Amino acid sequence: MSGPLEVQSVLSEGWRLVLGFIVGVLFGFFLERGGFGSARKLTGVFYLKDFAVPKVMLSAILVAMAGLLVLGRAGVLDLDLLAAMPTYIWPQLVGGLLLGIGFVVGGYCPGTSAVAAASGKWDALVFMAGLVTGIFSFAELFDRLESFYFSGDLGDVTLADWTGLPPAGIVFLLLLMAGAAFWLIGRIERRPRKDEGDLAEHTGRSDAVLGTGGAQS
Amino acid sequence: MRRSSNMRFSRPYWAPFVAGGALGLTLLLTFYLTGHGLGASGAYTAATAALLETVAPGSAQNNSYLGSYITLGRSPLYSWIVFEMLGVIVGGFLGAVTGGRLKGQIERGPSIGRGSRLTLAFAGGLVMGFATRLARGCTSGQALSGGAAMALGSWAFMLAVFVGGFLAAPFVRSEWQ
Repeated sequence: MSGPLEVQSVLSEGWRLVLGFIVGVLFGFFLERGGFGSARKLTGVFYLKDFAVPKVMLSAILVAMAGLLVLGRAGVLDLDLLAAMPTYIWPQLVGGLLLGIGFVVGGYCPGTSAVAAASGKWDALVFMAGLVTGIFSFAELFDRLESFYFSGDLGDVTLADWTGLPPAGIVFLLLLMAGAAFWLIGRIERRPRKDEGDLAEHTGRSDAVLGTGGAQS
Repeated sequence: MRRSSNMRFSRPYWAPFVAGGALGLTLLLTFYLTGHGLGASGAYTAATAALLETVAPGSAQNNSYLGSYITLGRSPLYSWIVFEMLGVIVGGFLGAVTGGRLKGQIERGPSIGRGSRLTLAFAGGLVMGFATRLARGCTSGQALSGGAAMALGSWAFMLAVFVGGFLAAPFVRSEWQ
């Protein structure tokens, strides 16, 4: 049957929610299996120690992106019916910067904190309380932020529109760039490190530091 | 003493490309079913609106931002993204149980105390909560879903996330490493 099913009014409200729950279960399970329930693994990329985040994210995006293109060509999915993703470039850039800061300080993002909390991480639960507080703050300040929130309106512009390349060309270019990124990551992963492994790192420190911080939480 | 000893009886994580491929197919399925991608921060926004309406009825409805989350006669929690996030919690729990990783703990580096870690977890969450509303989504709705849909703003967002993370990382190194 040609999709998207919901837009074609094939799905009832109840089914829509049930299917939402089911894709959520898959989403959460695969995030956990990718190691995204661990704050130290997630933040590892920012110390060039663990590259699961860019590897998992880029491969997920490219699989879905190429899949959309294939399903569209095959007539299985009407790409014109997909929800528009408008670009408001300034709030998205500033929001992205802030989100990156919140990520490395807090250790999670909204989806991964739910996975971490479900695997027993108390810090993830506290992070989630912070999320709600941050959203509340934004809502309270919205009147003052409104003009910035709607600034840099470029419409529903895609990378294909922006570059003038066909969508398949964008997929091809991104595959090349991802390949280059993965090659670079491989080089960094294989480079010899003086702090190779946890043990070497820890023995390099004083016992006093280990004594206070090394204990299991 | 070493954190890695936590993992002694757990299954290894999947190879990143396997997990990424599975997530990509899940995202594709979501697009096929609903016409939109996966999300996460929207569910927290709905929860914030629901919480406000419970604590102070009318306050979310009258708020210029959260008002759109309130539909008459229906809780903001009765929405697709909230059901999806409930699924994420269940899926994450199943993953942790079957992977041998279900364990009550405060995740942190070897040289930071619990109190400091929890304070930073809250602070990071606060900044991120604000940021997700400004950017109209998070790593799920913007980076993954918008990224797969080739939205220009989503790719700009993704680059900015990594820039922000790398800029802030040296200041909280002792929290993790």
